[in-house]
Order: sequence, then C-alpha cells, then structure tokens
Amino acid sequence: MDTGRRDMAKAATKTKRKSRATAEEMASRQREISVSEFFAKNRHLLGFDNPRKALLTTVKEAVDNALDACEEGGILPEIQVTLLQVEETRFKITIRDNGPGIVRKQIDNIFGKLLYGSKFHRMKMSRGQQGIGISAAGMYGLMTTGKPLKIISKTKRKPAHEVTLKIDTSKNRPEVVSDKEVPNADKHFPEGHGTMVTIELEARYQKGKQSVDEYLEQTAIANPHAWFVYVNPANETIEFPRGVDELPDEAKEIKPHPKGIELGTLIQMLERTDPKSVSAFLQDEFSRVGQRKASELVTVAAKKTTKTLTPRTRISTMGHDEAEALYKAIQDTTIMAPPTDCLVPIGSRAMLAGLLKEVKAEFFSAATRPPAVYRGNPFQIEVAIAFGGKLSSDESARVLRFANRVPLLYQQSACSSFKAVMETSWKNYGLSQPRNGMPVGPLVVLIHMASVWVPFTSESKEAIADYDEIRKEMKLALQECGRKLGIYLRRRTRMKKEAERRSVFERYIGEIANACESVTGTDAKKVYDALKKQAARKTAEADTQLDQDGRIVEKTSRLDDDEQVIIIEEAIPDIGEDDEMNGELFETTRLASPSARGKKKTKARKKKKKTSRRSS
Amino acid sequence: MAKKTTKKKTSTKKTTKKSSSRKNVGRTVSAKRDKETTAKIEKMVEGVVKSSLAQKDPFLDIPIRSVSNMKFNQRKRILEMGENTQRRTLFNVGQARKFMQGVLLSKGCRDLIAADKTLSLRGMYYMSLHTIEGTNEKTFNEQSESDGILEDLEVTLDGLREELHVFAKKRGTMVGNITVTDNGDEINCRRMGTGGYAIPSICEPSVIQFGKCEADFVLHVEKDTVWSRFNEDRFWEEHNCILTEGSGQPPRGVRRLLSRLNKELGLPIYCLLDCDPWGHYIYSVIKQGSINLAFESERMAVPDAKFIGIRSDDYDRCELSSDVRIALNERDIARAKQIADYPWFLDRKPWQKEIRTMLGNGFKMEVESLITKDISYVTEVYVPDRLKAKDFLD
Repeated sequence: MDTGRRDMAKAATKTKRKSRATAEEMASRQREISVSEFFAKNRHLLGFDNPRKALLTTVKEAVDNALDACEEGGILPEIQVTLLQVEETRFKITIRDNGPGIVRKQIDNIFGKLLYGSKFHRMKMSRGQQGIGISAAGMYGLMTTGKPLKIISKTKRKPAHEVTLKIDTSKNRPEVVSDKEVPNADKHFPEGHGTMVTIELEARYQKGKQSVDEYLEQTAIANPHAWFVYVNPANETIEFPRGVDELPDEAKEIKPHPKGIELGTLIQMLERTDPKSVSAFLQDEFSRVGQRKASELVTVAAKKTTKTLTPRTRISTMGHDEAEALYKAIQDTTIMAPPTDCLVPIGSRAMLAGLLKEVKAEFFSAATRPPAVYRGNPFQIEVAIAFGGKLSSDESARVLRFANRVPLLYQQSACSSFKAVMETSWKNYGLSQPRNGMPVGPLVVLIHMASVWVPFTSESKEAIADYDEIRKEMKLALQECGRKLGIYLRRRTRMKKEAERRSVFERYIGEIANACESVTGTDAKKVYDALKKQAARKTAEADTQLDQDGRIVEKTSRLDDDEQVIIIEEAIPDIGEDDEMNGELFETTRLASPSARGKKKTKARKKKKKTSRRSS
Repeated sequence: MAKKTTKKKTSTKKTTKKSSSRKNVGRTVSAKRDKETTAKIEKMVEGVVKSSLAQKDPFLDIPIRSVSNMKFNQRKRILEMGENTQRRTLFNVGQARKFMQGVLLSKGCRDLIAADKTLSLRGMYYMSLHTIEGTNEKTFNEQSESDGILEDLEVTLDGLREELHVFAKKRGTMVGNITVTDNGDEINCRRMGTGGYAIPSICEPSVIQFGKCEADFVLHVEKDTVWSRFNEDRFWEEHNCILTEGSGQPPRGVRRLLSRLNKELGLPIYCLLDCDPWGHYIYSVIKQGSINLAFESERMAVPDAKFIGIRSDDYDRCELSSDVRIALNERDIARAKQIADYPWFLDRKPWQKEIRTMLGNGFKMEVESLITKDISYVTEVYVPDRLKAKDFLD
C-alpha cells in the first residue's frame, strides 16, 4: 500500500466523522421554540415584510383592537392615530381610543405575549381573531429600534397606569420596564376611560395604495359609527367624521357547529370535556344539537364501529374508534344550520352612509345577503357599490374588501371577493369588462364578509380563502347591486339622450331659420321662434320620464323607492363630460371638455393635498 | 339677361352678384331649367317653413339610394330607382344635423343658380361651411359629409347635379372623328395631340353640342394607358371612330357623353375593359346605370353597349404567356359571384359562361397583358379582329 492511498483513506474517515452528528449531539441542540421567536424570524407571516407594510400593520392591529374594545364596551368609538416621524425611517405611532380601558393586571400579557387574548377561544364575530397582532407589532418595534412599548390605560373606576413593556422573545413573556400611576390622565381620556399605545419602529411612510391613509379611509367606510382623527407625518390633521350615531348590535357568542369540527379537534374536545355521557357532551359543546339530535348521532355512530356506543356511554371510556365513528356520523347526518344571530352585518344603511361620506359618486346601492354557512361556520356577505360622479372612468373598478369590518389591503388577486367581482358579468349592467378581468368604469365595489371565523389565507389576514359557498354568496350580492346599477344606467343614458336632443335641436334651429329666410323670404325670427317653441315642447316631453315601453311614468321609479339605493343628482356629470355613454350620438356634438374629473377625495384630503403641494 | 332678373326677385342681397360681362353662350343648364330647379328648391324650403309655423316637425322626404330601393327595368334594360323614401325630420336626434345641412345646401344651390355660376363639390362644401353660432360645431366636418347631402338633394329635388350648378372633378379623355362645341368653343377632336380632349364633368346639351362627325362607332377603354396606346397608333383614324377613356369607373360626364353619342348620333359603343369583376362592373354601369345613381340611368345608360374583351378565353385564344395571369383573391371571387347574380346578368348566358370561365381559370387579366404578344397587338390585331367578326359579349 503506497502512502498516497493511505492518506486518502484517512481523509475519508476524518471527513465522515466530522460531517455527521450523533443522536446525542443532535439532542443537545434540540429545544423548544417559542412562538415569539418563531414569529420574530418569520415576521412576514404577520404582515411585517417590509418597512412600509410594518407601519400599516402596526396601525391596523392597534385600531382593530381599539374598535373591538369600544364595541364590546358599548361605547361609540373615537380613535386618534398619530404618526410621528422621528427620523427618516423611524416612526412613533400612537393610537388612542375611548374604550373601556384595560385592567392593570392584564396589560402585560395583552401587549407583551404573543397568542394571548380573549378572541381565539370563542366563536364570536370580532376583528381580531388570534391575539397575535398588537404584541407582534410591539415585538417588531423592539427588534428594530430597541424601544419598549408604552401603554397608558384608564378604566372607569381605577386610576390610569403608564406601563412600558418589553417582550422576552425566547420565553414569549412580557417584561415590565417601568410602571407608574398617572394621576391626571384626563387630558388623554376626557371620557374617563380609554387606552393609548405608543410603539416606536423602523418604517417607511408613503401615500397611495396600501397606505395608512387608505386603510383609515376604508375603515371609516366600513365603520361609519366610528370617529377617526388622523395626524399624518406631515403633521396635518385629517378627520373622518361619523356617518351614523348608533353602535352596531353586539355579536352573540356561539358554540361550534358539529359540521365545522375536524376529527382531531373532536378528539381534543372529548379529552377536555366535563360532561360524563356522549349525549350530554354533544348537547353542551355544540350548537344545534338537542337531546333528540344527540341520540340520533350516537345511533348512527354505533353502526360505524364495533364497540358499543349508546347515548349513555361515558366519555372517559371512548377511544379513537368511537371518536372516529362519531365524527363520521356527524358528516352523514343533517343538522340544522348554525344560528346566525352571532353575525352582525354592517347593514345596507350603514354601508351606504359609509360610502356616501368617503366616495364622491352619483349612484350608491347596497345588498345584504341572508346568512349562510361554510364548513359549519355561519357567515354573511354584504356588498355595496358606488358609481359615477367624480370617480375615474377609464380605470378598472376599485374593490374595497372587508372581513369583519377590517379593510384588506394586500393580496387582492388571491382573495375570494376579487374573484367574485371578476366572475360577475358586468356587461349585463352596462359596464365594459375585458375577458376574465375587472370591470372598467367609475365603479367602487365594497365587499364585506362577516363571520365568527373568517378563513384567511394567512396569519397576516390579507385575503379571504376561496370557499365555493363564500364566493357564491358574494356573486349573488354583487348581482343584486349590479342589477340596480343597470337599471340606473339605462335610465341615465335615456335622460342624457333627451337632454342631448334638446341641445341639438336648439343648436340647429338658428341655421335653419336663416336659410329659410334667404330662400323663401319668411322672417327668420318668426321661423326661429316657432321652431324654438316646438323644441321646448319636445323638451317638456323629454323631461317626463319614459319607461322601457315608452310610457310616461311617474317621477319616482323603482330605484327611488328602494331603500338600498341612493342617487346624488348633483353628482351626475354634465353632458359631454362623461363620454362613454353617448357614443352612439354624434361624435361632433360631444363637447371637448374632458373636465377636471379629479380623483375622489374628502374635504380633509383636499386640504391636505394643498398643503403638501405647497411644501414640495 | 332679362331672364335673370326674374330670379332676382326672390334672391337676397348676397345672391345678386353676377357676372354681367359674361356672354350667355354656353350656359351650363338652360335658363328654363334653372327656373324650374329654383322653384323646386323654394317649394321644398317653403314646406319646412310651413310645418315650422304650424308647430309640426319639419321634414324632407328623401328617396333611398341603395340596392333595396332599386329596380331593374327589363323592358328598358336599365336600373331605375324605386319609390321608397326616407323621411328626415328635424326633431330627431339622429337626423337633426343632416336636416340642417340639407336646408343649408338647398340655400347654397339656390344662390348658385341665382348667381348663374357653378361650383365643384369641394367648392360647395366650402360655400356652406361655417361655425354654428354660439357653439364650436361646424356645419360640415369634411367634404364627404356635404357630398352625401348633395346626392340626397339631387334625388329629393329630382334634379341633376348639373341642374344644381354643381360639378365633380373632371376625368376622362376623348379623341376621334368628331367636332364638338364646348361652352361656345369649337373643338376638333381630330387634332388633340397626345393628350386628347378632357371630357368635362357636365356634358349636358346646353354645354356641349355635337358638330361634324364621321365616326362609325365609339371605342371606350378602361384607362388612360390603354387609350394612349390606341391614340399613338392612330387607331381612330384608321378605323374611323371615337376613342374615349374613363379612368376606371367612368364619371358621370363620360357616361353622359357616351349616352348622348349613342342616342343622338346613333353610334354603337364598344368597351375594352380588364378581365376581372371590376372591368365587368364598369361595363355594367355603362350599360345599365349604377346602383347609387339609379335615378340618372335614363340619361346615362347605354343599354346596347357591347363588351369586346378582354375575355377569359383570350388567354388560350391569343396564346398569352402565363406571366400575365393575376390570381383572383377572395374579394374578386365574391364580387364576381355577386355580379353574376345581378338580374341584368342573370339572363345573359354568354356572360354567365364568361364569369364561370374566369372563376374556373382562377386568374384575371388586364388589357395591357396583350402587350406581351406585341406592343401594338391590341390595336392592330385584337380589336380589329373582334370588330370584323362582330364578336362581342352583350
């Protein structure tokens, strides 16, 4: 054996030993990962992908919590959002609400611990679902700037506390930095209660799509009962006033529906439950299961297993087989749909009020579907549309998506609602729509899904998962609104044509009168007056509206009586301004005024625009 | 001049301008017909005034100029316009503008007649062009708009364009054994050099009178290039004929002239056209009249015009080289079938056979293709042979 070969063999064994670990070595490195650690590394799962989105997500989580708290406490929300730019890429975000406040004991856990909250373990409609949001925002701030969160909260009875918190990511545990009583908190909370959170974080502020501005604007649409004050980084104050003065009804909490439970969950529930018998278990833990339905389920289940199973069977004796049989029985049995009083839709009136104050359109229509069920979870779809007015007519329709009143700004194309809008055939309602695309025109579509459990495609709650049941409901609601839009557009086209006709006649009468005088010698004035009189008569006919069969109808049409429709006559563009509708009329009569068809903006936003222009 | 003063009564200030220096030798249209046309216009406009004052929707009834309103008169063998009219009213959004334009152009024509002047179609467009008071809308956007309205006016008033004192751009050439008087000037068509006599767009008897004529027949060729060949070879001298050309689809002037030569001087008309659907349709228009101007067929058509060629069997008969073949495209084929179905072709067996043969060949041929045989083959052999044999398609 020569030396070369021996060296090679040696090297081989050496590398082999070094590259592989023993089970013991591996075990030394294996340890628990805390939720907070996991999310610190995978921050994109929670919506902290980039500095711009981090800013939005932080505001969003805080505002969602504030709204939930106010509504649960029966208080009309008043929320102030302040973005203070400390450095180029560093912001101090403060969100103040007039909610019931948080008792001192709970502050640490709510803000300093991931997956802690009141909303995960119950079946109740609310904005937050998991209890990750606000604490994740705090964690992100801590990681990027090292600054702890500051919370000031006052309940009705107790004095206000100011707490600064850090999150111990390795243990997912709050760490209180400072804690003091604030004796005079009235300047923050004039109503005597409320919460104020301040988070400092690395972020970037940019206006436009997916901005804090857009989020607040849309939140104001879906929550017309709330009052928002927004101070943007340019230190301009923008107000979103209330559209309605009543709180929405409180959502009822419900028990899960049997059909919405998976086998694993069922087994877990069986392990945790108190009731002694299967029958009692089914009745206590689920909605829509009474004594009779419980025995029916057990009887069906008994046929699916070799073990004996009766309504009296004790839970503690049940094994995996019985659980599986019970699960199958649930799938095979018809059970009454879950109760729907747990759902609180925005309501057609409130949706219209919300759109009306934020969108400068001429036609508004809303539809609320009856509740439906997907995977055992009750849900309800609402749609509202705004059309025309100052909206831009050569762009695709804008879709405002909401889940439990929270605007969804990202991943539009992955969202069930977006697909529903595309699948609706808007051509039938007088809009243009490219094949497999969004309708094009001055249209804003609002889609809201209310549910005890909204199926998001990810933890960052950006898109609604595409369940057939959900999409079907969305489409039905869209069609309902679309039909009304169609009726309105046909009516508008007709009215426009009549108005057009009037001006056309009047334009040509002078020419004709002059030519007549020249040829026949009849006084032009005489002919002109006679024709003008006739034109006026035709005008009067034009003003009386005709229905589709050409009969004169009363001024009030179907749409005018419809509570779910609002038409703003003043917002209807003048003839010639909107050219898409009168294409079949003379090209030449179209006045050349592609007028100042500005983007929609509220009063406050207008003001803001002015100032920003000055500053630039 | 006394005739003109009668018109002056109704005319306004604008229209009193007239050329007093001009002699009344070759008026476009006779004064009598001018008077009739003016009366027609006035009657029409009076109708508008009357219904206006009576609070009725003013209207013009315009005969429809389309295939649907066109009949083929079997006895006369010409195309005639049907009775269908379309009512154009002021108080109809889609018609108001056209109505206004119609009234404006009526006035324009009346003024033209009163001034005893003629204008081209383009001139007519400019004459009535202005911006409507209080708007930025023009009375006409382009000439084609006023051209269409003028044709409407022609049919409505049952008057010819010439009678309205409007003419089109002139096109077409003539040479041969004839002397004509054009607007008072004597023109000897035997001494026209290489250019020939440009056929005016108005060939009414009031403008053109025929003088001495020795010709035995008229040879009409499709276009200028072929015409030049015949003229250079002095074909008309040798065969004692008149040689005309219409630059493709002949304009009204050429057709009117052919019709008058045929009717007034009794000359037979022979056509030498391309062997393709367009050539066939030119022949059809000369013979029966066109669909669009069906109302003028009576004056324009030459029902006994004959077709010399080129014919589809000439490819074999004259032993032409395969290079002259131009493949028929889809449009040609569709058009050929359409022409074969026209009622005036339907009962003509030789024509049906001709079109069938052409479709069967799958190619078309131009008159110039005969040049491949010899430069003067067409003038020295082809046409003389056909004339001698009296071998025509009819």
